[in-house]
Amino acid sequence: MSEISQGEAVAASYHRSTGDVLKDIVRRGAVFLLLAALFVLFTAAQPAFLTLNNLMSVLQAVSVVAIIGAGVTVTLAIGGFDLSVGAVAASSVMAASYAMIVLGFSAWQTVPLVLAFGALVGLVNAFLIVKLKVPDLLATLATMFLLTGLQLIPTAGRSISVGLILPDGTTATGKYDPAFLLIGRSSLFGTVPLPVILMVLVAIALYVLTEHTRFGRLLFATGGNEIATRLAGGNTARIRTIAYVLSGTLAALGGIIVAARVGRGDVSSGASLLMDSVAASLIGFAVLSLKRPNVLGTTVGAVFVGVLLNGLTMLNAPYYTQDFIKGAVLVGALALTYGFSRART
Amino acid sequence: MSLIEIENIHRSFGSTRALAGASLGIGRGEIVALMGANGAGKSTLVKILSGVQTSDSGSIRMNGRAYAPQTPAAAAALGVVTVHQSTDLVGIPDLTVADALLLNHFVDGRQPFFLTRRSVRRTAATILSEAGFDLPLERRFSELGPADRQLIAIARALSMKAQLLILDEPTASLSTEEAGRLYQTVLGLKARGISVLYISHRTADIAALADRAVVLRGGRDVATFTRPIDFDEAIAAMIGRPLNAARPQARASCGRVVLELRAVQLHRRAQPFDLQVREGEVVAITGVLGAGKSRLLSALFGTHHLAGGEVLLDGRVYAPRDPADAIAAGVVMAAEDRHRSSLMPRDWPGETIAATISLPHLPRWYPKGLMLSGRETREAGKAISRLGIKAQSPGQSIWALSGGNQQKVVLARWEAEPSRLLLLDEPFQGVDVGARQDIIAAIRADRSRATLIATSDTEEALEVADRVLVMDHHSLRPEHQGSAPALLEEHA
Repeated sequence: MSEISQGEAVAASYHRSTGDVLKDIVRRGAVFLLLAALFVLFTAAQPAFLTLNNLMSVLQAVSVVAIIGAGVTVTLAIGGFDLSVGAVAASSVMAASYAMIVLGFSAWQTVPLVLAFGALVGLVNAFLIVKLKVPDLLATLATMFLLTGLQLIPTAGRSISVGLILPDGTTATGKYDPAFLLIGRSSLFGTVPLPVILMVLVAIALYVLTEHTRFGRLLFATGGNEIATRLAGGNTARIRTIAYVLSGTLAALGGIIVAARVGRGDVSSGASLLMDSVAASLIGFAVLSLKRPNVLGTTVGAVFVGVLLNGLTMLNAPYYTQDFIKGAVLVGALALTYGFSRART
Repeated sequence: MSLIEIENIHRSFGSTRALAGASLGIGRGEIVALMGANGAGKSTLVKILSGVQTSDSGSIRMNGRAYAPQTPAAAAALGVVTVHQSTDLVGIPDLTVADALLLNHFVDGRQPFFLTRRSVRRTAATILSEAGFDLPLERRFSELGPADRQLIAIARALSMKAQLLILDEPTASLSTEEAGRLYQTVLGLKARGISVLYISHRTADIAALADRAVVLRGGRDVATFTRPIDFDEAIAAMIGRPLNAARPQARASCGRVVLELRAVQLHRRAQPFDLQVREGEVVAITGVLGAGKSRLLSALFGTHHLAGGEVLLDGRVYAPRDPADAIAAGVVMAAEDRHRSSLMPRDWPGETIAATISLPHLPRWYPKGLMLSGRETREAGKAISRLGIKAQSPGQSIWALSGGNQQKVVLARWEAEPSRLLLLDEPFQGVDVGARQDIIAAIRADRSRATLIATSDTEEALEVADRVLVMDHHSLRPEHQGSAPALLEEHA
């Protein structure tokens, strides 16, 4: 007897024509095809686009967004959302600057301190969400506000640079540790910037963690059906807590890179990081047509936006069109993910 | 004269033929039961009738005119309304019963744009009284039970001047008493000349209601039975072979006691009760919805607390804090409603057959954490052949399987590793007769553990268990000397 019922459409998709297979390849590889098209287009219009230096500068520009986006992706995988990442990154910039310039910390003290700060914010988020049952979006929105305000208090709203005058009238004596600045400014073999290497390491580590470990399976299981995961013996509270701690820590790492590149603590830094990293995660849904958060997609999404912005800038597109372009890419990616995939009836 | 005449309908999905020449006629004021195993084409036929899908070929005539609705709204306008199995979609949780009754008025552009509480109430009251139902109009929809939600759906169908009402598994989530009330309602519709197409797995429903039962198999109508319906014949027609009607004999020799309940109370005010389940024994607990069957099972699995008494597992005190605790002690449960309790959503990681089976066993199967070996695929392959799961590969999505095969996968999950006590809550929900036989055989084959099953269907209980107990008001009735007729009488 043939088994059909609910699975009719799915079963049908196992027997399809070559045309369908081709369509499937186009759908799954759409982002890569578009990326290739961009490369051809930009190189044709501006040969300087396709130089190693320029490509590295593209990757350097997107590294922070890709790293933070990887954390956002993990929170999306557990069915949550971390809106506080931008504020965590921004306050990490301030915290790193404060640690070195006001407290006189070295790089070796500052980096663990800031990462621990990010993890702590993750724990606070997890406490609100897991223990107090505040919805994810609202909880992380609240911590976002909290941090945006908190980072202004120690310096009475001033940016932190060498010779900062503290609220009590004294002058800060510390300075940025040169070793710390290397994180943002050094390159491997003089070509591959350290932030790019960090981005690749984070992407590989989180890709393996989410897609090829049992912890990753439990992350997605929690996001897919929390009740079923708990009934299968999974400790979903712990899994969700780890996800927010990971997200907070990665956002802090992003903040460290920004601080090391800029070399000062600007109150306005990190303003666009939240939107950009969330956009990268969502564009990632379209990569391979997975329709779900995935770390590889997030990285590709961040690179895609970076390539587009860099190319257009080289073609003299004005800077103020950047947000519009990012928005258009996001709309296109979401339409691709949800709209043009085969409708299941 | 017949109301609707379906002739030689075909419908394919890719190379799968869901309907291959099905014909069916429904007379005015006639109740026709549609029977068939999962995958026989029942749902496709219903979808075509209700305008969700179209047919590839064949003709449908209603009142002598061609009938081919393109949308459910078009079908409703022609007088064909479907009341679906899941009734939580009938209304919106935060709105009132009156709002739920008028939901289809709200989306109808011809209705007044401005609403007052009074006008909504008045119209809703009219709809209810025309249907002859009595429901509290100001109650919140979320506070209604499934039986009342169904009445709302039916009342709404009547307000749309339905001539044919399609009821899809309407008693699936109703207690015996509620089902009895639904029978009265359906017979009342019949008396008003409304035709009913009734889809159900439950023989009790069909015996109580149907004038005629049409059996689908392989997308074709293979047999028609008129009242009184011979169910052994009908089920044989459904599965294409005679039903092995023999009830399992209670096994004389069972091992030592695995589970022992002493003076257990599910509620502070409930009667305390005792229970022993032995190794190799299958015990079923029946009782109406809300009798406390699920509560007992979930207490044994660590998701509820007992109000009193003591539980011993293999002679030692057993009080799990959560499911992880229970699983570590060797107590496993396939909870009711597998979609909610066991499966990952479609297109989400973990939706494959292999991943569904492996979820609770990941720490044991992948002790290093990396999932590089094919352990889960091998285990799933074994389960597929052992349980006769109709699937193409272990990597196939669970959503491509029929309900019966999904349930086999859920059972395979908990049979993949040895356990001391297997708890099954409504294991035959949405499972066709053929798959049910396979599942029963698998449950009874493993004699290394004790099995405790909760089911509200007495027949199922008799079919699977060595011993059948009845639960009532959160307490087990004193041991039944359970002969089958006595049990059935009790629920009639």
